[in-house]
Amino acid sequence: MTTAARQAESGVGTAGGSATQDQPYVRMYRQMVAIRLFEERANDLYTRALMPGLAHLYIGEEAVAVGVCEALNRDDYITSTHRGHGHCLAKGAAPNLMFAELLGKEAGYCKGKGGSMHIADPATGNLGANAIVGGGAGIATGAAFSSKYLGTKQVAVCFFGEGALGQGVLYEEMNLAQLWKLPVIYACENNLYNEYTHCSETTAGDMLARPAAFGITAEAVDGQDVRAVHAAATRLVERARRGEGPGFLLLHTYRYRGHHVGDVAREYYRPKQEEQQWMSERDPIALHAEWLIAEGLADRVSLDRIEAELVIDMDKAVEFAVNAPYPDPDKVGEDVYA
Amino acid sequence: MPDTATAVREISFGDAIREALAEEMRRDSHIVLLGEDVAEAGTPFKVVKGLVEEFGTSRVIDTPISEPGFTGLGVGAAMTGLRPVIDIMFGDFLTLVMDQIVNQAAKVHYMSGGAWKVPMVVRATMGATRRSAAQHSQSLHAWPSHVPGLKVVIPSTPYDAKGLLKTAIRDDNPVIFFEDKISYTKVKGPVPDGEYTIPFGVADIKREGRDITLVGTSSMVQVALGAAAMLEEIGISAEVVDPRTLWPLDEKTLVESAKKTSRAIVIDEGSFRYGVTGEIASVIAEGAFYDLDGPVRRIGAMHVPIPFSPALEDVTVPTERDVFEMARTMCNK
Repeated sequence: MTTAARQAESGVGTAGGSATQDQPYVRMYRQMVAIRLFEERANDLYTRALMPGLAHLYIGEEAVAVGVCEALNRDDYITSTHRGHGHCLAKGAAPNLMFAELLGKEAGYCKGKGGSMHIADPATGNLGANAIVGGGAGIATGAAFSSKYLGTKQVAVCFFGEGALGQGVLYEEMNLAQLWKLPVIYACENNLYNEYTHCSETTAGDMLARPAAFGITAEAVDGQDVRAVHAAATRLVERARRGEGPGFLLLHTYRYRGHHVGDVAREYYRPKQEEQQWMSERDPIALHAEWLIAEGLADRVSLDRIEAELVIDMDKAVEFAVNAPYPDPDKVGEDVYA
Repeated sequence: MPDTATAVREISFGDAIREALAEEMRRDSHIVLLGEDVAEAGTPFKVVKGLVEEFGTSRVIDTPISEPGFTGLGVGAAMTGLRPVIDIMFGDFLTLVMDQIVNQAAKVHYMSGGAWKVPMVVRATMGATRRSAAQHSQSLHAWPSHVPGLKVVIPSTPYDAKGLLKTAIRDDNPVIFFEDKISYTKVKGPVPDGEYTIPFGVADIKREGRDITLVGTSSMVQVALGAAAMLEEIGISAEVVDPRTLWPLDEKTLVESAKKTSRAIVIDEGSFRYGVTGEIASVIAEGAFYDLDGPVRRIGAMHVPIPFSPALEDVTVPTERDVFEMARTMCNK
């Protein structure tokens, strides 16, 4: 069944699929709330032992995925990471098909063969979440190569965490992208922790000096400010689309939860006080809500209504996934070869 | 031999590879060639010489010395509409691109539930005896054969190389295509003028025989044929079977040949241990056990890093004499 057909059958649209046309900044709010609600439910499914494997939650980093993906067209490409639910949703994935994949169900985006770390969806340009750190670099750069070769004007965004700054292939791809002026944006989400290790212990020198060494246009952005992310992403995406070459975004953000759901006792690598501070002072959803209200683009009631609608949608999506059948074991050998 | 044959010429193994690339690139503008010194230099082996003049630098692309970089880029390009052919100058450098091949290219189609595909060919060389020492002489074709999601091609003749490379380029899956370096110029053979392709998973009987089956891959097919000629002189009729693709593997032809002759030796230039000879021998042993006169025997490269000195290197690779002696013993002659 195609993605569109499965979506139609389940009767649940994409995270951004509001019946009413949102003002762009309100839409960004909606998208961020959708991701957070999705992740809270993923956490719940995981702790109820309904979700196999591992759950790497994106909570706290929503402004990064939304700010970047709102600067893209539907047919632009992304590659995502093991912490990829936010990217997939922000690019337009349907929550019900994502939940189904998280639970290993046949109706999922990958027919249950990929799981949480491998959501892929051609309909939204999602080349796949990748569980090898830095694993998306070649794929995103190759997609940009195709775009340039075929003259389609598509842009590819490679999302990766600051942990991928330790992977050599990232620099090989950045070198090729700049040599050949490919329309690719390297979006580095610096959530400060390479799994359980602070990035200061793993990363020598200045992060931004790395793209600069290749002559790649780079910007550092407050990753908790969705408007700032969106503005910077738009600048780099538009110049890439004009054929002016790759860009690099360094997005300062924070992973509220552990490396994965089971990473609960984490005081040995980061203090609770630090987590509290980010959550209370730097929350991307709260900050953006305040701004929307101050600017008169929304009021508390309308924002609460958005959240209430999304809660209904997300609960429906979870219900769809929980009730969906597992794949027939006979299908284990399908899709090995095209 | 070719059924569409019109005029048949004698060309080299390397020329056959070049012809396949040129014909396919003329047929499909989505095919691009990426690798180190593939353009004006035509690679150190001169195998792709002349392609840049015909297809230009937008399709025959010199890359930095950056194998993971351009192979990874190839995966993404293949997913998004192109058909990249990646040139790995020395097969030894496959070690550098294993993540791109094994964790990315081989997995994309399956992990995505069939949503994305990777129509990419990785051409890599193999083969020792060029006095190039341990890092430029290995035959690593067993490695990708171990990975589901990849197809592995290992031709021995110009005819097979051309027909199989065209099939590889048209395949919607990642294909690792192994070319023996010595064969580029040394092995010549008939190739028709006309268009033809060779399907994967179909072994070829290079010589028919009654008394013993010699399974050879790549340059070891020539070794097996040489041994077969020597065996004929002492009254032993050897059949030489070339699987041509390691995956998919034509198990039926291998088993049937062994059943017919009741004896089999598998000869391959990869390291003897945990390799192609072991896999093919087990296929034959399982499929033809009750028809065999004795255990399936194997001859592979010695389990040492490939040495530099000719005096040392030459003893590490299988020879016609090795095959001849083993076959003679097995046939009690």
